[in-house]
Amino acid sequence: MQYSAPETIESALKLLESDDDARVMAGGTDLIVQMTSGMRSPSHVVDIKRIPELCGVVQTADGGWKIGAAVPGAELNEHVELKRDWPGFVEATDLIGSMQVQGRATPVGNLCNASPAGDAVPGMVAAGATVTVAGSNGFRDVAAHDVPAAPGRTNLEKNEFVIAVNLPPKPPNSGDAYLRFIPRTEMDIAVVGTGVFLAFGESGHVREARIALGAIAPTVVFCTEAADALIGSRLEEEAIEAAVLAARNACNPIDDKRGTAEFRVHTVGVLIKRSIAIATQRAKRQVGMD
Amino acid sequence: MSKMHITTSINGDTTEFLAEADQTLLSALRDNLRLTGTKEGCGSGDCGACSVRVDGRVVCSCLMLAPEAQDRAIETIEGMADGDNLHPVQRRFLEEAALQCGFCTPGFLIAARDLLDRNPNPTETEIRFWLAGNLCRCTGYDKIVRAVQKAAEDVRG
Repeated sequence: MQYSAPETIESALKLLESDDDARVMAGGTDLIVQMTSGMRSPSHVVDIKRIPELCGVVQTADGGWKIGAAVPGAELNEHVELKRDWPGFVEATDLIGSMQVQGRATPVGNLCNASPAGDAVPGMVAAGATVTVAGSNGFRDVAAHDVPAAPGRTNLEKNEFVIAVNLPPKPPNSGDAYLRFIPRTEMDIAVVGTGVFLAFGESGHVREARIALGAIAPTVVFCTEAADALIGSRLEEEAIEAAVLAARNACNPIDDKRGTAEFRVHTVGVLIKRSIAIATQRAKRQVGMD
Repeated sequence: MSKMHITTSINGDTTEFLAEADQTLLSALRDNLRLTGTKEGCGSGDCGACSVRVDGRVVCSCLMLAPEAQDRAIETIEGMADGDNLHPVQRRFLEEAALQCGFCTPGFLIAARDLLDRNPNPTETEIRFWLAGNLCRCTGYDKIVRAVQKAAEDVRG
């Protein structure tokens, strides 16, 4: 195996083009485990942590955020302004592994590892994230939920890699939340995860909503049906029940050692309600509503 | 396969070693540099026995490739005591009997010192969360938490 740590996006792309079996590494907390367990044996590991523009969190001119693909969870968790805008996304990322893992693991790596249970993924999808992809034809932005193709596989073209996750400017009177179910209290893999984003209009109705479901299908589910059930409502019980029903209908889970399909479908509804409550509380706290 | 020549800082000393590209930092520390205070437990980032600090962040050295150490500052358990003077965390682990077999102890000490460097007055909950990535199969953790609390008092002075 070869190891390279290029210092520019261009040289990283050249290395990927030069070796069909090369693999990009950010934090390495999935890749290195896959390598040592014999699941993957890339002929070339291209470490992107020495590319300066991939190592920072910057606020964009429109008030959104650009998070470099090499930024680990610990750094996001220490970023006061980012956490104030998108606490659900930051908390989702922070749920991954221990403090040691947080020192290395990145949300972009979580997305590109394409596990159905990655916690950062529903968090970023609910936040409305896109990712910037670098390739030989230049750069393109892709919705985060379009990146995973199947467990362990992405829709990225050959020799492309993600250089940043982009979060939109946070609208006024809005909030996001992510919750997951695990059988333990800490350090486990999601059996179900739900990300919710809500923005309220001046009169208190839901103006904008996004709902993302994790670990209940081969890839993250961006559930517009559930979000549509909330938009225009004032979160009356019927609206929430309609969103729960839509989310449960969107599930396509498996039975595995972590939980049965039936349990997962049930739990999606429970967690959606709780996530809606947290997102609402966060949105209303900002304007002193209620 | 040709080896890579790595120059890094370990406990403040510039150190050079030759590593295979796919070797972990843990393996390089133990097998190449004979710094065997850092332990291999699970080898998959779950147990924390191989914790070291890299550029100010605690990581599992089994989840880092040795060539990544180039130009980084690595801190291992061997650099924690100042000669014969133990770090307060080390002294309190002894006094509070926070270890039995001792295999997990270097990792716990690295993690606990990092916590106290960041927050010399952690709550019990904060201590338990911070150390959740370090597994101990002997003590049941209570003595470890008490040792960190006492060390925190020492650090605060």
